[in-house]
Amino acid sequence: MVYLTVYSIVKNEADAEDGAQEAVINAYRHLSSFRAEAKFSTWLTTIAINEGRKRLRKAKGAAESSIEEEVEEKEGDYTPAPLRDWREIPLEALERKELREALRNAVADLPDIYRQVFTLRDLEELNIEETAEALGLNPGVVKVRLHRARILLQKQLAPFLKTAARVRKGFFRRAP
Amino acid sequence: MRLDCKHVWEYISEYIDGSLDTRVREDIERHLENCEICSAILDSTRNILILTADDRTFELPLGYSERLHARLKKEIGETQPGERKRPDES
Repeated sequence: MVYLTVYSIVKNEADAEDGAQEAVINAYRHLSSFRAEAKFSTWLTTIAINEGRKRLRKAKGAAESSIEEEVEEKEGDYTPAPLRDWREIPLEALERKELREALRNAVADLPDIYRQVFTLRDLEELNIEETAEALGLNPGVVKVRLHRARILLQKQLAPFLKTAARVRKGFFRRAP
Repeated sequence: MRLDCKHVWEYISEYIDGSLDTRVREDIERHLENCEICSAILDSTRNILILTADDRTFELPLGYSERLHARLKKEIGETQPGERKRPDES
């Protein structure tokens, strides 16, 4: 959890690993400041985000504007790719290494603000409120960014997802 | 209400999360029954999330846990949680 969170910010394996180690050490040393009203995973994620942001600021240099100031891109095409021959993904497709590789690359290529929300919500499986709390955003912004991230990934991965298997309705629904 | 495809696309993420109110969800489901394109978009988006949640997609680097434990042992040693080492102890 901590590693992937830091990675979603710094986008560099070595830095993410070092940052994740720092975050775990910081969390351990500050366990007494953990308040029971917060979920432990959200608290730990917040520490990981702060560590990632610290490293990113250091890497970018103090002259650059802080990443907290990033705003929604007004322009941009957030419509999904139509798939005329798409059907439900068969299990064997999930076994395909190149599909997982394509997904990893597509997530890495997402704009930072979308990748961070996607990582916490769909990879770390925090809910909307926890994601908002960890990133210091309001839940409405999280929903917009999550939607855009998912649509951008759908569009990017559409060529890999065509298959002729049978439709299975109601196969997957996330908890709110 | 009768929704067109573009409206359905705007709701896809919240539809997957099950966070839409009943009326909008039912409008979308009516549309999906008759629209193969939107059904395909919905299925493909869902499946990206299934693939994302698959442990094999985002694996930790090899040896990550061992290196983390080694670092924890070195940095934290015998200190208790919430307790900082004094400078002369490090």
